[in-house]
Amino acid sequence: MTTHEIELKALMLASLDGDAASHRALLDRLSRRLRAYYKGKLARIGRGAAEAEDLVQEAVLAIHLKRHTYDPAEPLTPWVHAIARYKLIDFLRRTRTSVADVPIDEADSMVAHDDNLGAESTYDLKRLMQRLPEKMRCSIEAVKLDGLSVSEAAVRCGISESGVKVNIHRGLKTLAALITKEARA
Amino acid sequence: MKTDDLVSLLSTNLEPVDRRSVARTLYVALAAGTIVALGLALIGLGVRSDLMMARAVIFLVVKLSFAVAIVSLALAYLTRLARPGGERKIPYLLVALPFLVIVAFAAISLGLAPSSHWDKMIVGDQWLECLLSIPIIAIVPFAATIWAVRRAAPTNLVRAGTFAGLVAGGVSATAYALHCTDDSLPFVAVWYGGTIVLCTLAGAALGPRLLRW
Repeated sequence: MTTHEIELKALMLASLDGDAASHRALLDRLSRRLRAYYKGKLARIGRGAAEAEDLVQEAVLAIHLKRHTYDPAEPLTPWVHAIARYKLIDFLRRTRTSVADVPIDEADSMVAHDDNLGAESTYDLKRLMQRLPEKMRCSIEAVKLDGLSVSEAAVRCGISESGVKVNIHRGLKTLAALITKEARA
Repeated sequence: MKTDDLVSLLSTNLEPVDRRSVARTLYVALAAGTIVALGLALIGLGVRSDLMMARAVIFLVVKLSFAVAIVSLALAYLTRLARPGGERKIPYLLVALPFLVIVAFAAISLGLAPSSHWDKMIVGDQWLECLLSIPIIAIVPFAATIWAVRRAAPTNLVRAGTFAGLVAGGVSATAYALHCTDDSLPFVAVWYGGTIVLCTLAGAALGPRLLRW
């Protein structure tokens, strides 16, 4: 087992327990690997960096929203790779690229890093947020963007604390669905 | 949107996650689907009336073992297939075992009987009812299972759909067995086995459409 696997898995286990710093470090490191992975794959079919960044963000969102499907008894890298590969195949299908043109089964490029932190996707978060229902938008803005506590957010949005949690959860799922829909359009 | 911004959005005020939720959601959905299937079979069709006889009880046990074995094996694989990358390292052929066993027993029982009885043993009295009932009763368990798998993240949608269909077919056969009075092993092999395979194929065909995320 590589040191990457050991470190990443430790971060994942901590983030499943709700440790925000570990979650951030995990998504940060995985997004660098995903960027190298997608750039490498898309370069072969002549696609640009912005599209690679779209895929990086879709995969990061999927890793976050589907983190409950990680089985701690298994290594983390294959789980991440399966999600990355699934999102790549989905992208190729909706852009009508032949899957045969891109060798999707090589896991080796997941080891590479790409540190382009300023890279931007084509998604406009503010605009996508406008399309969320009011309670979801208010809850996400308060807790996730402005860093308020759940009880402060409850006061600001005029709903209960459990309502805030539910609305954040549903809101992020809706956001992911909006992004996927936008990408498929 | 910068990826960095997305990462901070996602990691602010993180909630802990229940690590057993994939399996638990599947079990809850399956339990609900089973209750509906049993309700349909018991209220819609009625339990077989001859359960005072030892022969009826023995055949009920045979049918139930066949169906329950399929459900247990398929469910064990489905909990893996519901997770990303779960399609690797699965000994798929093992699910064929209940089918092979029932077919082997069916062949033996045909071999022991005079060939003039074969028609009756294979076709039975209620083959049409069985052919229709098992797929119809399977609809609700199938929908429940698909709902549960959708909450996880399967990355091989054909296989996940296949096993969802197999689970639903097995649950449905379990429920229908309580009603069915056709007691011969060849009948069980052909009509139970066949309809469960039908449910499985339907699951494979519907999987990619229903399970995409």
